[in-house]
Amino acid sequence: MSGYEWDFRAAFLHPELWSKALWVTLVYAVATTVLGLLLGVICGMMLLSRYWIFRAPVSAFVQVFRCTPLLIQIIWFYYALPVAVNLTIPAWLAAGMGLTFYMAAFSAEIFRAGIMSIDRGQWHAARAIGMMSWQVMSRVVLPQATRRMMPPFVNQSVLQLKNTSLLSIIAVPDLMYTAQVFVSDTFRPLEIYTTLGIIYLIILYPMQKLAKMLERRDDI
Amino acid sequence: MTSEAGAKSGGGPMVEIENLHKCYGKLEAVKGASLTVGRGEAHFIIGPSGCGKSTLLRCINLLEEPTRGMVRVGDTAMRFGEGAKPMSAREQALYRARVGMVFQQFHLFPHMTALENVMEGPRTVKRLPAAEVLEIAEGLLEKVGLADKRDVYPKHLSGGQAQRVAIARALAMAPEVVLFDEATSALDPELVGEVLAVIRKLTQEGMTMVVVTHEMDFAREVATDVTFMDAGVVVEQGPTARMLSHVTSPRLEQFLRRYRR
Repeated sequence: MSGYEWDFRAAFLHPELWSKALWVTLVYAVATTVLGLLLGVICGMMLLSRYWIFRAPVSAFVQVFRCTPLLIQIIWFYYALPVAVNLTIPAWLAAGMGLTFYMAAFSAEIFRAGIMSIDRGQWHAARAIGMMSWQVMSRVVLPQATRRMMPPFVNQSVLQLKNTSLLSIIAVPDLMYTAQVFVSDTFRPLEIYTTLGIIYLIILYPMQKLAKMLERRDDI
Repeated sequence: MTSEAGAKSGGGPMVEIENLHKCYGKLEAVKGASLTVGRGEAHFIIGPSGCGKSTLLRCINLLEEPTRGMVRVGDTAMRFGEGAKPMSAREQALYRARVGMVFQQFHLFPHMTALENVMEGPRTVKRLPAAEVLEIAEGLLEKVGLADKRDVYPKHLSGGQAQRVAIARALAMAPEVVLFDEATSALDPELVGEVLAVIRKLTQEGMTMVVVTHEMDFAREVATDVTFMDAGVVVEQGPTARMLSHVTSPRLEQFLRRYRR
């Protein structure tokens, strides 16, 4: 480090571009997390179905998206899928699809595991007082399972926000991409990438804390 | 399985089981059991572990679907086996609402207080007005001696208290019969008494019940009839006095000797 002159001014030449980039990152993180969660819960329910016709396609979907790198998924949606369907897919959509499906695949597993973790005895007891399956689900199983699903869902959302940095690869102007642009303008990678890391840290540290808090909570 | 609401029972027995079989693949857990429980009677099923007594009990409220045979509670008779048409989920739920069940492991709902556990059936299944639900639940907690624990969550209850709440939860549906599946087997010895006291009170009030238990002294005291099962078969059946006090069957005698310490 000797002799290097830190100059953080380079990192703050364009605050309005930083805030725009932050906005893009947050919108992608929130939108794909929410959409992915919804899709994931639907997929999770199908994974729990008695009928293989529901389970099989969803299981295949989950395996594919869990067992391939997100980077490849994003690139595939952007460069490969258009060839197959003979349509241009804009970068924002390709990126959104990759992130959403990735989140959905993990959420489906979290949901399935959460429901499965509830003791069979709870089903028996609820049935024994005359509940129908949907009542057992809504009154007994889901309220308990939701508490168990919360920590892994928050963890997955933390990962999701970090993963938005992969959007830069197809030129979506998120934090990572914007930082790269700044670096090529100023040749100050040390200051700019350090600032970038700190921005992610400031957003994610509280979320990580929240996940820890949810894990410790044992009110039932 | 078919249900015939027509088989009226007026003053007849409350529960009737005829030639009931339950198979798990090739394993036959219950091999043709029959029993009859009169109104207000306490029918005890005893036998060594794995003899099929719990399976038989769970067949009565359809937590296990019988493979063959007939089950009747009140005026609902159901036939199982070839040619019997399946009962809808709704019919099964309506039927279970009339048959209470108390489990070895209590299975209280951990996210609800003691009071909410007892309220859940009348509220969600019967959809009674809130005031009435509350009145029923408070009355039953009082009855099992836990009025002061109404707002306590199950994890803060002792085993004996939890089981008493579970009994109140079953009673809240005003069932025609209550099934007890080894209700005291999971309890510390010093907590067994308080649960047995509640069950004893119910027999005195004329509640019809089928009880699977290992508490032989308790059976001697409160049972009307006793069924002794071994290896999925009803070996002997009869009034308590004959079954437990003047034993004639060698298999039953051998079984009972193991419970006298």
